[in-house]
Amino acid sequence: MSAVEVGRRGFLKAAAGTGAGLWLAVHLPGRAEAAEAARAAFEPNVWLRVDPRGEVTVYLAKSEMGQGSYTSMAVLVAEELEADWKRVRVVQADADERFGNMSTGGSTSVRRSWEPLRKAGAAAREMLISAAARRWGVDRKGCRAEQGRVVHAASGRSLGYGELALAAAREEVPKDPPLKAPGEWRLIGKKVPRLDGPDKTTGRARFGLDVRVPGQRFAAVARPPVRGGKVAHFDAARARAVPGVRAVVEVPSGVAVVADTSWAAIQGRDALGATFDPGPNGALDMAQVAKLLAEAHPEAVRREGDVEKALAGAAKRIEATYDLPFLAHATMEPMNCTAHVRGGSAEIWAPTQAPTWARSAVAKALGIAEEKVKLHVTFLGGGFGRRSSPDFPVEAALVAKAAGGPVQVVWTREDDMRHDFYRPAGRNELRAGLDAAGKLVAWHHRVRTPSISRQLFGSSSRGGHPDVAEGAATTSYAAGAMLVEAAIPEIGVPIGWWRSVYASQNAFAEECFVDEVAAAAGKDPLALRLELLPAGNRLRGALELAAGKAGWGKPLPPGRGRGIACHTSFGSHVAEVAEVSVEKGRVRVHRVVAAVDCGIAVNPDSVEHQVEGAVVYGLSAALRGEITVARGAVVQGNFDDYEPLRMGEMPAVEVHVVPSREAPGGIGEPGLPPIAPAVANALFAVTGKRVRRLPIKEV
Amino acid sequence: MARLALLVNGRKQAVDVDPETPLLWVLRDTMGLTGTKFGCGIALCGACTVLLDGEAVRSCQLPVREAVGHRVVTIEGLAARGDHPLQKAWVAEQVPQCGYCQSGQILSAAALLAKKKHPTDADIDAAMDGVLCRCGTYNRIRRAIHRAAKGGAT
Repeated sequence: MSAVEVGRRGFLKAAAGTGAGLWLAVHLPGRAEAAEAARAAFEPNVWLRVDPRGEVTVYLAKSEMGQGSYTSMAVLVAEELEADWKRVRVVQADADERFGNMSTGGSTSVRRSWEPLRKAGAAAREMLISAAARRWGVDRKGCRAEQGRVVHAASGRSLGYGELALAAAREEVPKDPPLKAPGEWRLIGKKVPRLDGPDKTTGRARFGLDVRVPGQRFAAVARPPVRGGKVAHFDAARARAVPGVRAVVEVPSGVAVVADTSWAAIQGRDALGATFDPGPNGALDMAQVAKLLAEAHPEAVRREGDVEKALAGAAKRIEATYDLPFLAHATMEPMNCTAHVRGGSAEIWAPTQAPTWARSAVAKALGIAEEKVKLHVTFLGGGFGRRSSPDFPVEAALVAKAAGGPVQVVWTREDDMRHDFYRPAGRNELRAGLDAAGKLVAWHHRVRTPSISRQLFGSSSRGGHPDVAEGAATTSYAAGAMLVEAAIPEIGVPIGWWRSVYASQNAFAEECFVDEVAAAAGKDPLALRLELLPAGNRLRGALELAAGKAGWGKPLPPGRGRGIACHTSFGSHVAEVAEVSVEKGRVRVHRVVAAVDCGIAVNPDSVEHQVEGAVVYGLSAALRGEITVARGAVVQGNFDDYEPLRMGEMPAVEVHVVPSREAPGGIGEPGLPPIAPAVANALFAVTGKRVRRLPIKEV
Repeated sequence: MARLALLVNGRKQAVDVDPETPLLWVLRDTMGLTGTKFGCGIALCGACTVLLDGEAVRSCQLPVREAVGHRVVTIEGLAARGDHPLQKAWVAEQVPQCGYCQSGQILSAAALLAKKKHPTDADIDAAMDGVLCRCGTYNRIRRAIHRAAKGGAT
């Protein structure tokens, strides 16, 4: 059976004989280069089913970690299908190579499925209409779909989707089913309640840590605190003496204590009294991190004109350096995974953002074929990039194999905090030149930070520039002669993707520096940004909307100041205005006004929610977030020394959406990059002092 | 190990556990009530909040022996049909994102409303400050508490 192309790179076909009802399979490409391969071997990664009862089931290959794409992706299907929304449900798909890369990251779930999922819904709708017309012996042009039924206008007859599902499966899949005009949308653009909302208020939602399988035991692992370290000694007998402890097993990542309960496992692990050889990173501390950052050799990643010449000829030169710390993800649900390995096969229950990566990593670690690993994806108690790594499923599989039965590996908060893949620490050096008229004529941004791609995959290169330059090499500003450089050190701290990744670092430096340039040029920070953004750049609309709603330029009570910042990332354009004061040396953020151009807002409530969330996540980092390393090990361990924002510190957050007919952009991450610089710039307005180091802590 | 009689969600249940085990793990691992969450283990995040005789307590810090003779209510027992005014308000305000902290948030709010029918923002800050949310749902939580206090879920 050949696949029918849907949209630019999506594919669709009817799957016959796979069960009762109408099934459609859609391929959502992960990356452009995968598209050709997918065309040859049809790989659906969303399944859609209309069953004979009229229930619509959407099988999703993306993970739900709070971002709401569960609901939004179902909306895209249901909209074109003309489904009765009350009869639509979502089922989380298991890891399956036929889905291609199932990773949830880069704020891609909705934007990459915008066209293929609607086409899938539309194709199913057309097939249902054809089936009804055939049954009635009428021209299908006289039939229409409406809220889960096909209606024949002339005779007033109608049939429910359930009555048509079997017949519809025998209809040809339309090659180019028509999509609704935006004016006909019933769900897209509406505040549709989350499908997972009720279960998440009653305790029914099952997260990774809530997996319970017959015979399951629990394990805690003593892991070397230093990257590259090894277990030296441990006392298995003392651990076994703890009531409830069943076994002590060694795995590559450490020593696991397997017990009847999580508590016994944790007690047993502590009783091991494990000691470790630190290995090559045992002397690493923050002074050495700073030295490695400073000594890394810069290489140009973007060059326009001659920056040195432009700077030499400038009437005024500005320079500043910004320092950013390592950050932990600190998801509310600590890492965990449940595994059962028997014979040559394995079953895994994982709260993972990357099911197919986890599955292949588990297969490799166990030395079995991928087909022998069944991996179920649970709800994720937060992800933010941490759960993309396959470390915790691999470890659980190896513990379960050694234990000889189903085991849930439980990470304590300290385990989670100290064995993360951290947002890299970095230093950003910026220089700019202004001509006599105050016009920006030179811009030099040097990024110093380790590369996640290099540490994980051996090469920093990603899409034409090193990963570390994301947001710097891709700046939206037209700033005269331009040089962007990347200086990439090797640092013995595990690093990974943290909500908005390098934009969280580079946008901070860039947006603080633009403010410094504005001050040097005697210009209003908003006015300078609008001057530097080319006509048609979508940040302009976001800036103007945020500034307008925030009352930019209007008087504030004494002691309060406003700051503005903007950034484009993951296909969306966000501007934020923060209103702050300083109370007893501490920063108080009173109000944040955000404006978002994310194209069509598939679910405006979800857009608001994600931007609110990104603001809070970003504020937690800006005001307090800092992971430090001493003797190679992470110092912070729990929410006392890595404390997120609490209820009483929460500012009012307003989110405004720029009306747009463009295809949707990402929304999980783009709200984050502007918040730290907006706060830093607001603090300058209050104190006259620049913030050039995060976290801000005290002023 | 000891045999302890607990009263959880209105039901008497005997458990055979080490009496020093925190109530959290008895609820989750022994009784299968996984709606109560593990977050930090040292009473800093509030994910493990349950009601003990109506008071919000951190079950990760409460040895199970201290729960004997007291009424324990977990998220599963707040309302048989999951339709407590707070739960309805939570859905109406679309509070949860990842949802992991919400059991602790809702039970903390329930303890607050039991004492104070119409809490002010300052009351809410004081009662809810110990319950962390990494998704940033705080403002919606505040709105949902006010909504439930007004008796309207829609």
